[in-house]
Amino acid sequence: MFVWNGLYPMSLDKATVASIATLARLRVPEDRLEPMVADLNAILGFVEQLNQVDTDGVEPLASVTGHSLPQREDAVTDGGYPDRVTANAPDGGNGFYAVPKVVE
Amino acid sequence: MAGILDLDLVAARDALRAREISSTELTSAYLSRIEATADLNAYITVTADKAQAMAKASDERLAKGEGGGLEGLPIAVKDLFCTEGVLTTAASHILDGFKPTYESTVTGNLWSAGAVMLGKTNLDEFAMGSSSATSYYGPPVNPWRGAQDSETRLVPGGSSGGSAAAVSGWAALAATGTDTGGSIRQPASLTGIVGMKPSYGRCSRWGIVAFASSLDQAGPMTRTVHDAAVMLSAMAGHDPKDSTSAAEPLPDLEATLDSGVKGLRIGVPAEYRVDGMPTEISEIWAKGIAWLKDAGAEIIDISLPHTQYALATYYIIAPAEASSNLARYDGVRYGLRVDGGSLDEMYANTRGEGFGAEVQRRVLIGTYVLSAGYYDAYYRKAQRVRTLIRRDFDEAFGKVDAILTPTAPSDAFAIGANEDDPVKMYLNDVFTVPASLAGLPGLSVPAGLSARGLPLGLQVLGRMFDEPMVLRVGRAIEKAATFTSRPAMLEGI
Amino acid sequence: MSEPYRIQGETGAWEVVIGLEVHAQVISKSKLFSGSATTFGAGANTQVSLVDAAMPGMLPVINRECVDQAVRTGLALEAKINPVSVFDRKNYFYADLPQGYQISQYEQPIVGEGVVHLDLPDSETKEVGIERLHLEQDAGKSLHDQHPSKSYIDLNRSGVALMEIVSKPDLRSPEDTAAYIKKLRSILRYIGTCDGNMQEGSMRCDVNVSVRKPGDEYGTRCEIKNVNSIRFVQQAIEYEARRQVEVLEEGGSIKQETRLFDANRGETRSMRSKEDAHDYRYFPDPDLLPLKLDPARVEALKAALPELPDVKKARFIAEYGLSVYDASSLIEERAIADWYEALVKGGNGKRDPKIAANWTISELFGALNKAGFDLADSPVSADALGGLIDLIGDGTISGRIAKDVFAEMFETGKDAAAIVEEKGLRQVSDTGAIEAIVDAVLAENQDKVAEFRSGKDKLFGFFVGQTMKRSGGKANPGMVNELLKAKLTG
Repeated sequence: MFVWNGLYPMSLDKATVASIATLARLRVPEDRLEPMVADLNAILGFVEQLNQVDTDGVEPLASVTGHSLPQREDAVTDGGYPDRVTANAPDGGNGFYAVPKVVE
Repeated sequence: MAGILDLDLVAARDALRAREISSTELTSAYLSRIEATADLNAYITVTADKAQAMAKASDERLAKGEGGGLEGLPIAVKDLFCTEGVLTTAASHILDGFKPTYESTVTGNLWSAGAVMLGKTNLDEFAMGSSSATSYYGPPVNPWRGAQDSETRLVPGGSSGGSAAAVSGWAALAATGTDTGGSIRQPASLTGIVGMKPSYGRCSRWGIVAFASSLDQAGPMTRTVHDAAVMLSAMAGHDPKDSTSAAEPLPDLEATLDSGVKGLRIGVPAEYRVDGMPTEISEIWAKGIAWLKDAGAEIIDISLPHTQYALATYYIIAPAEASSNLARYDGVRYGLRVDGGSLDEMYANTRGEGFGAEVQRRVLIGTYVLSAGYYDAYYRKAQRVRTLIRRDFDEAFGKVDAILTPTAPSDAFAIGANEDDPVKMYLNDVFTVPASLAGLPGLSVPAGLSARGLPLGLQVLGRMFDEPMVLRVGRAIEKAATFTSRPAMLEGI
Repeated sequence: MSEPYRIQGETGAWEVVIGLEVHAQVISKSKLFSGSATTFGAGANTQVSLVDAAMPGMLPVINRECVDQAVRTGLALEAKINPVSVFDRKNYFYADLPQGYQISQYEQPIVGEGVVHLDLPDSETKEVGIERLHLEQDAGKSLHDQHPSKSYIDLNRSGVALMEIVSKPDLRSPEDTAAYIKKLRSILRYIGTCDGNMQEGSMRCDVNVSVRKPGDEYGTRCEIKNVNSIRFVQQAIEYEARRQVEVLEEGGSIKQETRLFDANRGETRSMRSKEDAHDYRYFPDPDLLPLKLDPARVEALKAALPELPDVKKARFIAEYGLSVYDASSLIEERAIADWYEALVKGGNGKRDPKIAANWTISELFGALNKAGFDLADSPVSADALGGLIDLIGDGTISGRIAKDVFAEMFETGKDAAAIVEEKGLRQVSDTGAIEAIVDAVLAENQDKVAEFRSGKDKLFGFFVGQTMKRSGGKANPGMVNELLKAKLTG
């Protein structure tokens, strides 16, 4: 049965969580980092029980319906409405979206 | 007024068709009720003008003897469905001001069937939660109060908590929900209503803000099983715009609803008798088993050996998919933007400010379990276990026609409880998550009250695409349970 | 065998190992996962659907034709077509990537191992292994020069289907690599799966370069991103290989990284070490199901493939008796090969295929090149050139005159017969007329006649030249020869 004893291996440290946050483009303020580390470790500790399951030779589930991918005909049926796709944009003009300048 | 609100969906449908009431009248009653129950915080947006216009149009159609399956019936929509020209928030700050220029397939189906839109209901942010307390718009409140403690405000469950509160508090005749790990069934159980998650693929996901794509399913939240059958019939259907949508035709759900359970084999899985389960949960389950047995069903003990790993599996797969699904909220094309010196800073600021704590936790966990070096240990491992969980069900359904379990491990808890510990909150989904992982249809039916006088539901699970069976068994429980209790707030309206 | 390509360093000769990832834009009316159009150069965000803009709740639905195109390409590369393939999400943030992930194929691509046969100079051939081909979405476009502090995003390209064709590290020189790209492009154009236009970006190359001492293990490679012409690919390889040799010979080591080719300076440079931050977190896209290909569908696509360049070349050599060189130049583009075959097969099959090949390659290609025209713009059609060749064949004009006629045809678009008539260029084959000219030439050059007769054979050419000149080039050269021979030696 799912037994959670409240003890978790501290597998993630602050630096790791900070780098995951960078990868996920999430600004986590310094004072929120510590509790986040604890929360994430609690969750990882919880899911660790999967190691007890023998999955040798078991294929990962690809789809619950067992259907194959439907394919549509090649025809232009969409697009042509720049106003609709830019209607909610926080910044832009002349049909474009605008972002802070990207320097490559 | 109580008279008209007292009608359930099917009764109101029949009254409208018989021209005993008008949709305008019915809709106005619900709009007033929404105002009167504003404290429930069930709605994020009320679309009163739209509702009245739709009701008027429905009345015109009804007058001509026309109209669809839900003609003139006022319903609420979980604010996870994109609705054209109507603010759609997913209860997140990051979708500030977002008005879709399109209508989700499911809500489109509802409007085509003649339903009237009351508004958009509250939920956990991006449907991530079991209490609806992670909403940026504040928590919705369960219309029910404890018998001995009428002061403490309770959660309506989650994530479809606003829909559950609205239906339970008669602030909507019915509502749509979405269920990823139990988000329709658990709130239904906690608010004393019927909630159904259909088979994965039954309802199109097109236009529903995605949480975990391989699990998300829309479904009805209603007062009765019959209402659920009627509403699901309008919501479901193959949609070529959703590659995972099922082509299987939906059978006539009303036709077999009252066929009874005589001769049916009902499975009772040993693994759902979890340690530390409150006695009242075991008791209501035992009652359910007895009701079905009395109605002529054969009760069969079954085993679903990988049940205990379902939650852990779910809490890898769902955040992984979510971390990717939520990458599009980047401040470029819609919603909130918090400026920054560079593109990456703008992203991080927008997402840091726009996402609440639980969403951030899940995005981070999801990012981590997919990252190089951890993918096999977490994500792939979880998908393998998911195969085993599905196999358990496939085997069980070789022996039984439906499975009966409790819906949730407890009755409604206080707003603010369980928030200190994310994992504790996750345990609410222990009974609902396995069927979500397997893609199977599940239904929660109110079965009785807890010692605190709060509703408890029972869950019926069925084979893939066997919604008629699930509804039929659910209807049998409903009949036997004769659950007529109402939240105290409904007294005297 | 020609000499292998080597970089001469201070410590000896280095071998260069090259592998290519070619991104080829699939020819299709609509995008890979949405119904918006794919045409080049449309107004900003006019070819963008809600799906392409990654609006909340939008879902991908795959384009059957794009799948067929990938299968056709796989078949043309003699590759394994995988009966089941999977679409994955490649997760990263960028302004022109609205979903925050690219739908691609990672562990299970649609096409597996194949091969491309290269024809190198000196009739050498070489096989280049194909590692895989997969389908993926293109990203949008960022415009950086429109505003001082902002970049503008146009998503018209977002979601257009690309085939990423990955070669094995089988290439060993810039020339091999150029030959590989040309051959690949030729194949793609033959089967109509990509237009191969590198300028418009419908074909882009990422070049992996490493160096090693011959016989050693592979060295660490650097990837040069998005090189957009064959010439630049060659320059980039040369520069990068030399750079790596220098680093290694100075005792340094090569860091695996992504580099950028600066065409203005002809050098590659590191795209900073942002690489560390790249962790694409591939996982199967849960919005899509595994793609299953019915063997019958693959068979049908195979049966409908046109004749491919290698087969066509062999046939041209066997059927028309062409040299390898001529056959290779004629088959490089399907349109040229078709043009040539139309030319040979016209005129009741009497046209000499070799003469037709010579005219096509030397005269027509020469003129087209000079004018900067494509074959499609050629003012001289296959029929018209055939008419000219037929006039040579039946003795109406000489080969020499024909060149002038061709020039006129190319300039005016008139047909050969009309030009010959108009300008009176018909060859003179009247014995009497030619004899009169010959007699006049001999009479005017008595001294040379005497020299010839005393044994100075070389002067025969002089008499021919004089006769032709006096006839205005129109005298039948064979008859001139015969008459002169008879009169001088008779």
